[in-house]
Parts: sequence; structure tokens; C-alpha cells
Amino acid sequence: MLENCGGDNGDDERWSLHPDEASQTKFRQVSSIVCMPPPDQVLENVLEIVLCFLTSHRDRNAASLVCKSWFRAEAQTRQEVFIGNCYAVSPARAIDRFRGVRSLVLKGKPRFADFNLVPLGWGARFSPWVAGMSPAYPWLERICLKRMTVSDADLVLLARSFTSFRDLSLLSCDGFTTAGLAAVAENCRRLRSLDLIENDVEDDEDEVVDWVSRFPPGKTCLESLVFDCVGFAVNFGALEALVARSPRLWRLRVNDYISVGRLCRLMSLAPQLTHLGTGSFSTFEGEGDFRAILESAFMASKSLVCLSGFRNLAIDYLPIIYPACANLISLNLSYAQITADMLGPVITRCHNLQTFWVLDSVRDEGLQMVAATCKNLRELRVFPLDPTEDSEGSVSDIGLQAISEGCKHLESILYFCQSMTNAAVVAMSNNCRDLLVFRLCIMGRHRPDHLTGEPMDEGFGAIVQNCKKLTRLAVSGLLTDNAFSHIGKYGKSVRTLSVAFAGNSDLGLRYVLEGCPKLQKLEIRDSPFGDAGLLSGIHHYYNMRFLWMSSCKITLKGCKEVARRLPHMVVEVIRDRPEDDSGSFMEKVYMYRSLVGPRNDAPPFVKLL
Amino acid sequence: MERGRNLYTTDDTDQNLIKATELRLGLPGTDEQLDRPSRGCKRMMEATSEENDPTVETTSNEYRYQESPPSAKAQVVGWPPIRSYRKNNFQSRWSETKEAAAGAPGIYVKVSMDGAPYLRKIDINVYQSYEKLREALEDMFKCFSLGYSPGAGSGGRSNYAVAYEDKEGDWMLAGDVPWRMFISSCKRLRIMRGSEAKGLSSNS
Repeated sequence: MLENCGGDNGDDERWSLHPDEASQTKFRQVSSIVCMPPPDQVLENVLEIVLCFLTSHRDRNAASLVCKSWFRAEAQTRQEVFIGNCYAVSPARAIDRFRGVRSLVLKGKPRFADFNLVPLGWGARFSPWVAGMSPAYPWLERICLKRMTVSDADLVLLARSFTSFRDLSLLSCDGFTTAGLAAVAENCRRLRSLDLIENDVEDDEDEVVDWVSRFPPGKTCLESLVFDCVGFAVNFGALEALVARSPRLWRLRVNDYISVGRLCRLMSLAPQLTHLGTGSFSTFEGEGDFRAILESAFMASKSLVCLSGFRNLAIDYLPIIYPACANLISLNLSYAQITADMLGPVITRCHNLQTFWVLDSVRDEGLQMVAATCKNLRELRVFPLDPTEDSEGSVSDIGLQAISEGCKHLESILYFCQSMTNAAVVAMSNNCRDLLVFRLCIMGRHRPDHLTGEPMDEGFGAIVQNCKKLTRLAVSGLLTDNAFSHIGKYGKSVRTLSVAFAGNSDLGLRYVLEGCPKLQKLEIRDSPFGDAGLLSGIHHYYNMRFLWMSSCKITLKGCKEVARRLPHMVVEVIRDRPEDDSGSFMEKVYMYRSLVGPRNDAPPFVKLL
Repeated sequence: MERGRNLYTTDDTDQNLIKATELRLGLPGTDEQLDRPSRGCKRMMEATSEENDPTVETTSNEYRYQESPPSAKAQVVGWPPIRSYRKNNFQSRWSETKEAAAGAPGIYVKVSMDGAPYLRKIDINVYQSYEKLREALEDMFKCFSLGYSPGAGSGGRSNYAVAYEDKEGDWMLAGDVPWRMFISSCKRLRIMRGSEAKGLSSNS
């Protein structure tokens, strides 16, 4: 997947592994167990060998529940631990149960933290985890963190503790600087991937460290280097030398301090690249014209399947990528402000495209072009150039309808628009039966169908009814309780639901909590759901990863009631602004099940019930 | 937008004044009793422009959509749900900022104007330059003939100057320090008459 090491649709988190690697890992596991003796342990050995082939954490969780013997065998052989909420369990407990862990996936803050709804300093620190794992998992190889606060000290400890460390993936994290990166580069001699995706790298301008120079000399094992979110120039000479001595490198995504001139040089040093993040894709002052060299680089690269970057796209450079388009599986133009005319020649060559991220500046016309060519499209994301409620709508129901008619295999869509019609959404529900993820964001709050004036209930209802595999849904626009009634009635596979500015009453929330047995993640903001709705989910909250409700009608009494009836739920009331104290409704409520009770690192503005 | 024109005529602008003074302290959208404008400055322009001055750009076309539920379109934190990371990337390219920059917590400061009977509160983090701030202030206090040209400084043909109170409690003329430094130290703003502003211009 493009940027989702951690599986943004909430599905089984797959490591962004090179395909050959997976089978090698299994072989290693099996052979290490077969060499063990005692004959009376044959059954358990056999079990362990069989369990090695179970990789999905859900399958493993199920296996561990069979009996004590299976529990033990599974615990001993689990190689990758997935913890979807870092506060659901403590480092000590996780380490105690799983002794042979090689890989950890850990997620922290609730997703609404991405939109500044969770105040700084809320928590999700990596420190206690790395401190616990340092002595316990000397053979740890991989760490993937999402929305965690990771300090430089954490990275230093990580780099020094795990001698076999290979893969570090940080998504939407914060708290570290280039100094931390330097420690990783310098000390992790077997480093295979360093993937920094959408992090907040917090250096002061004058304290930036030249981390790229710190990679050890000689050939490296580096396969993937992603640093487009690092907002400081890197030492280009060092980067060049690094790429030159990394023969296994297949993914390189640079930041926007890399101009086309420099990109050319990197491409020529790494013709084997399959995934390229192109940086700024423009020339810098006094650089000269690199068009010819860049053209030959793209023509020569038969292996490129994934292109991204284009952070400051110089429009006349766009045609240079044409030769690579036919091979592209994934294309991210979502930082390039291009029109349909500019998109046309690119997209009409992308017959094999499966993932496409783009800005709405291409308008409905651009989306029609996508629909006409990209018959194999699986994932589409259309981002707004101007993300405000009253901006001019650039894409609309027309674009959505076109996509639904052209891209019948669509599995995942994220679509920002100003207005929509039920008809277009219904059309998508009928045409794209394979949809797993449907996220429609009508940016104007409470906006009805712009043709009929009706609420958008019918459209979303059709989605849950017709797309039987749907696991993730985000709703918007004018929605009544009816919409939620549909979701409760038909959304039997829905695991993640995002609600904003929707619904009429507690009934809406009740429909969902009573109707969706697979619901795991529910995030709601600015909707008129109160205590009655909240309490209607008591039977289900232990099955969920979390519930977030902000600017709803939940009172302290309701929260306390949940806490009283569900002793293993941690109920957090977050009050980060003085205004939050005055009303009777709780401004932000975040609750989740935990094996270890309320956390001990909560800041003063978090009240734990 | 023309500078230096005087919209404040004595005739029927009393009506405008009353409408204008309906705006009060506090963030737009926090008071639901009135039909509160979310972009208060622009709504005020609609009230004052009327037919008196045909050269005024009407901004009513920016209010194309009016919903029936009386929800004020105040600046809402985290909506639309775009990650800060993505917003940051576009920040420098937007010609007109409309929302709190990069979703950062707003830096709200009170703005008073000499002679105006009310205060406003604005989020200075939204503007990326002094020029944009001046434009916005001009919009907000238009009926009080704020006319001056941007970047005029104390020696220009300004009727008014923008001063700010910094963290130390000193009043300084806006425009002397880099923008970033300004927004981190500004506590309140005051639009004062040019004559009074002269005393500030020598502040270092």
C-alpha cells in the first residue's frame, strides 16, 4: 500500500515487506523449532510448527483461546505483536506473555488527534515500551509506531538495545528530531528500512543534525528510505553516497529539498528503484535545465511501480513521467495543484493504476478521465486544495458517479467535496460492490442532497446495504437518525465508523451500537447524542478498541455510569480549554477497554473515571 | 479593494452602526441567540455596503449556501478533517487563508479601535503577513474610515496605525519585527489615530 504500513483501513496490519521476505521468515521459524528435543513434547512442537503459519494477529488471538496448551504454544511462537491501543495493555504484561517477539506494531493517540482535537501532551509515549523491551527482546527486529510520541532518547535506546534491528516505521508520530534519526542511522548496522511518514519532526532550525552522514560506511542493507516529512535539507553528498552503496534499495522517498537535478543523480545511482518519492520535482535557483537527463532516467526505469512526491511540481516537468505511467500501480499527485488538462496525458497512460491520490483541482473532468482509463483502480483519494467549508466546490456528484461507472473494482475511497447527491452515492453502492472503505466528506456541515434537498440518508443507506464487505465508513452531510438506522440494520461488517455533525437524537447512536456487532472503532463529533445513546452500548464496549465522542451531549453522570458498570473500561474526560468546564456536557470523552486499569501518565487536563 | 475611501457618511449609516455594533466580544459562533455571522467582518461589509457605495465589492456571493438549521459557520477546530501535515504543506501556497493556519491553536487577541464602540477578537494566526492582517482589520472596521495603504508606515498618508501590546506590556507599532515574532508576542491590537501613533514609532 502507498503510505500505509499500518493499514489505514484497520484491517490486518501487514508489514510493508518485500514479497520474498515473508517466506524466508517462516522458514527460519520452522527450522529453529524442529531442532528442539524432548519426545514427550512432540505434540506441542507440532502445534508450534503449525502455528508458525498463522500470521494474522486475529487468527492467533483465536488460537490462543482454545486451551492452556495452545495459549502457551501460541505465546511462545508469536513473532509479531500488534497492539492497537497502547493503553489497553502495559509493556510489562505484553512482554510477560510474548517472549519471542521480533516485531511490534503499536498505536497510540485516537485518530482525531490528526485534526487537533487531542491536546498536546495527552500521552501515548513510546518511552515505557522501549524501556521494557530493551532488556526483554534483544532480538527485536521491527517496530512500527502510529500516533505515538517518540523522543530522541527513545530512539537512542532503541538503536543501542537491538543489535538485529532492521525496520523502523513511524507514522504520524512526534517528539523526535534529526538527532534521534542520527542515532538510528549510526547504530542500527543491519537497518533495512527507515520509513518516516507524515511525522512532525521537531528540530529548531539551527540544531538540525546531519543524520544521513551517520550511516555506516560500506555496503548497507538498506531497502527502504522514506523521509519526505523531514522538513530540513539533508546533506546531499552523503545521500548520494548512501544510495550508491545501497544496492538493495527499492524504495526511496525524498523530501522537498531535493530538486529535479538532484533527483536525476539519485535515480541514476539506483535504477533498481520500484518506489520513488520525487521530492519537489522542480528546479532550484541556478540549477540549469535537467529535463533531458530526467527524461532518460524515467525512460530507463522499467521497474518503477509507485510514484509520489511532486511537492512543488513545475508543470512543464510533468510530461517527463509519461514513459513510466504504463507500469505504475500507484500514483500520488495529492500535493500537486494540477488541472484536468495537465492530468489528462498522465492518467490516460496509467492503465494499470490501482492506487491514485489526487487534489480536487483536477475537477470532475479529471475524475472522468480517471474513470475512463483506470479500470483496475482499487483505491482513490481526492483531497481538497482548499479545505474550508465555503470554498468553491471543485469536485461533486458528477465525479463520484463517473468513478463508480468506470472503476468497478474500487475497494477504498476517500472523497472530499462541497456537495453531493444521494443518486451518485447510490450509484456507487450499486457499481462498486467490492467496497471495503467508503469515506465521503461533504465539507459543508449539514449539507443536504443539492438536487433534491433531502438528507443524505438514502445514499449512505445504500452503501451499507449493497456493499456487503464494507468495513470502514465515514459519513457527512445532512443526516437524520434514519441514516443510522440503515447502518445498524445493514452494516454487519462495519468495524470503523466516523460520524460528524449528524443525527437527531440518541436513537441514532443506539441504532449503531445495537446493530453493528463488528464495530470496533467509533469516533463521533458534534452530534446530538447523549447519555441514553451512550449507555445503549454497554453490552458491546468490551468488544471495541475505543469510543471517542466530542462536542456531543454526554454528561459526567453518563460517563460515570459507564465506568461503574464496566470496570475494565477506562473513561477519559479531556478538558483542555477553560470553556470546557462551564457546560454540563463533557467536551471530549475517550473510552477504551484496558487490562491494566487507568493509566498513570495522564496529564492534568485528563480526568480518568 | 480601494484604499482611502470613506464609507462613513452621516446619513443612514446609523443603521449600519447599530448592526455593526451587534458584534460583540468573544469568538464567533459562541452565542447562538443571534443569527451570528461566522466571518463577522464579511457580514458587516454586507450591512454597510448596501446601495450607498456601488464600488464596494459585495461579498454576499461568498455566502452562497445558507443552511436552515441555524448553525453558525464559525471556524471549527479540525473540520474538514485534513491532517495538519497536509495543511502545513499547502500553507505557503494558499493565496487566501481562511482557516486557522495548519490547524494550530488560534492566537486570539482583542482588537480595539479608537472611537469604535466595540471590541473584536481575531485569530492572528490565520494571517501570514502584516498586509493580510491590515486588510482584515480594514474589513472589520470599515465603517470607521480606516483607510490607509498597506505598508505605509508612520510616514505615509495613514489616518490610522496598528499598534500591539507585547508580552512585556509595551505598546509597539506593528510591522517592525518579523511576522512570526510578532504573532508569538502580540497580546492585543489597537488601531489608533496616526497622530497618537507617532509616539510609538521610535520604540526599538
